[in-house]
Amino acid sequence: MSESSSNRDIQVLLNGIWKENPVFVQVLGMCPTLAVTNSVRNAIAMGVSTVFVLVMSSMLVAMVRKIVPKQVRIATYILIISTFVTIVDYVIKAVSIPVYKALGPFIALIVVNCIILGRAEAFASKNTVYRSVLDAIGMGIGFCIALVCLGGVRELLGNGSFLGVPLFGPYYEPWVIFLLPSGGFFTLGAWLLAFSLIKERKARRAAQEQEQSV
Amino acid sequence: MSESSVQAGALPKAPSGVSMIVVMTSVATVCGLLIVTAFQATKGAIEHNVATITQESVLEILPGAARQIPFGVDAAGAVVREPAADADVSRIYAGYDESGALLGIAIEGRGQGWNELKILYAYSPDRQCIFGFKVLECRETPGVGDKITTQEDFLANFKELDATLDPATQSPVHPIVTVKHGTKKDKWEIDAISGATISSKAIGRILQESTTRLLPAITGHLDEIRKAGAA
Amino acid sequence: MNSASLWFIFIDSLLINNFVLAVFLGICPFLGVSGKLDTASRMGAAVVFVMLVSSALTYGINLLLVHLDAEYLRIISYIVVIASTVQLVEMFIKKKSPALFRALGIYLPLITTNCAVLGVAMFQTIRDYNFVQSIVFSLGAGLGFTLALVIMSGIREQLNLSDVPNAAKGTAVALMVAGILSMAFMGFAGLGSN
Repeated sequence: MSESSSNRDIQVLLNGIWKENPVFVQVLGMCPTLAVTNSVRNAIAMGVSTVFVLVMSSMLVAMVRKIVPKQVRIATYILIISTFVTIVDYVIKAVSIPVYKALGPFIALIVVNCIILGRAEAFASKNTVYRSVLDAIGMGIGFCIALVCLGGVRELLGNGSFLGVPLFGPYYEPWVIFLLPSGGFFTLGAWLLAFSLIKERKARRAAQEQEQSV
Repeated sequence: MSESSVQAGALPKAPSGVSMIVVMTSVATVCGLLIVTAFQATKGAIEHNVATITQESVLEILPGAARQIPFGVDAAGAVVREPAADADVSRIYAGYDESGALLGIAIEGRGQGWNELKILYAYSPDRQCIFGFKVLECRETPGVGDKITTQEDFLANFKELDATLDPATQSPVHPIVTVKHGTKKDKWEIDAISGATISSKAIGRILQESTTRLLPAITGHLDEIRKAGAA
Repeated sequence: MNSASLWFIFIDSLLINNFVLAVFLGICPFLGVSGKLDTASRMGAAVVFVMLVSSALTYGINLLLVHLDAEYLRIISYIVVIASTVQLVEMFIKKKSPALFRALGIYLPLITTNCAVLGVAMFQTIRDYNFVQSIVFSLGAGLGFTLALVIMSGIREQLNLSDVPNAAKGTAVALMVAGILSMAFMGFAGLGSN
């Protein structure tokens, strides 16, 4: 009994990382995904801030889910989310001004990241605190992975470096287009394409196996 | 009347208004408390960070400086020592060596390139020239316009850029100007980066505006600024 | 105070720093409702309207917050103002023009989570725009959003007729198109500079 429930918990956690990855599968939270991923450092900073807001607000939403009347629930969620975003805003400023400047207004815009409000409404408002936090961590990690995937490709091709460490030597002519906005669109498009190719291949193989077994 | 009917239409079976208000108020109170706590907790660290960043930039472009004192120049040309954080003044930072002698003055300038630009440059009142330069904030296109922050040939322009003031009129003898790449002849000209002409020109404009406006005020209060370092 | 001219602010927010294609704001509706030209232009109209109203309101709120020394409440009060603006606009349109209300339909409430609206409010605060500049900026940003949406929907209507590989259908190909559009918009850079 307890084993199967802990299995389910792991399922909840893994769900956000792979099967329902917020960026690659659900295509949510596109704005920060594209805007701040021109370097791995910015991508990580954005990912960590979003995870913090996601986990804390999911926890609080799950705590108050039984006492909040249905009519004012969205307003309450937005209040809770913007509280944690404000906190993150000040914490980043206290930790590092250059990171704060690089992320700019996109920290404030975490408020309207649809992933957070989406998880509050779809999961945290219906589940226990423990499972809501698990779900938030899973989704957060999934979001971070997606950001680093994008930031990695863009920094590697656009600047020839990873996390600021040059990799290709002095003769590499950077592919600047990848640091520009259009590069963000291309990179994300390519990742989505890769994902759907993998899925298609899996589906085809599953169909083949079925045929063989019949 | 019609307002309330619209609302009633949007919310079919509303629970008592009191319970909604109570819940919203208590949630808002908790949120307010959290925000204020975070604000108070991070305030010191943020102020410290801002101060360190300015200090580091100032000491970087004034090599050899042991300490710096901020001044502000207001629109009328008056100089105040250590202006308030929200004062409407142009900020300058006087750098002094160990013995308290004035090494140079770091001056903040801002203006429009493709986007907003913020720079810091070092001015030497003794040599009447600009001898250091750093871009503080730059949102120019990566790989193109942002060459103004890194390209060595361009930055070499600011090792000794003439900004001599005419003693009679107190205005620059030769206003600083950006010229086409490869055509720099005189000490007050900035050699533009080919392919990033607009950003280079913006730097020239910012420097010209800033030197014309601030240098007379600085020269007028130079004794004051020198004395501040000795104290 | 920011001294940029009104014309420059307008061109800058409309074309050079187009909210969708250069600043990455409002990507969700950009990908979500750009399927048909008709819905795209309606969504655009709704966004322009909400942006103008909320820009004016947040300008006032910011003055109040600065006066009270309570800037730390900025994010929370902006989002509350925007959410209520959307609600009010919805009620107002419903009462005054039921036809327009039906035309905008589901798109009105969706605007609350459109980051472009909050983006306008944040940018006008960060850049220290005065009241007139803020209004011009929000108009430019809204029209820029609409322009991007309309162009995109035109392309996507054509794309539906062409032979796109299965795996690339939907968002992937839309993003590629957006990338090319964004490159095209880079050509506007420098319009306002001298």
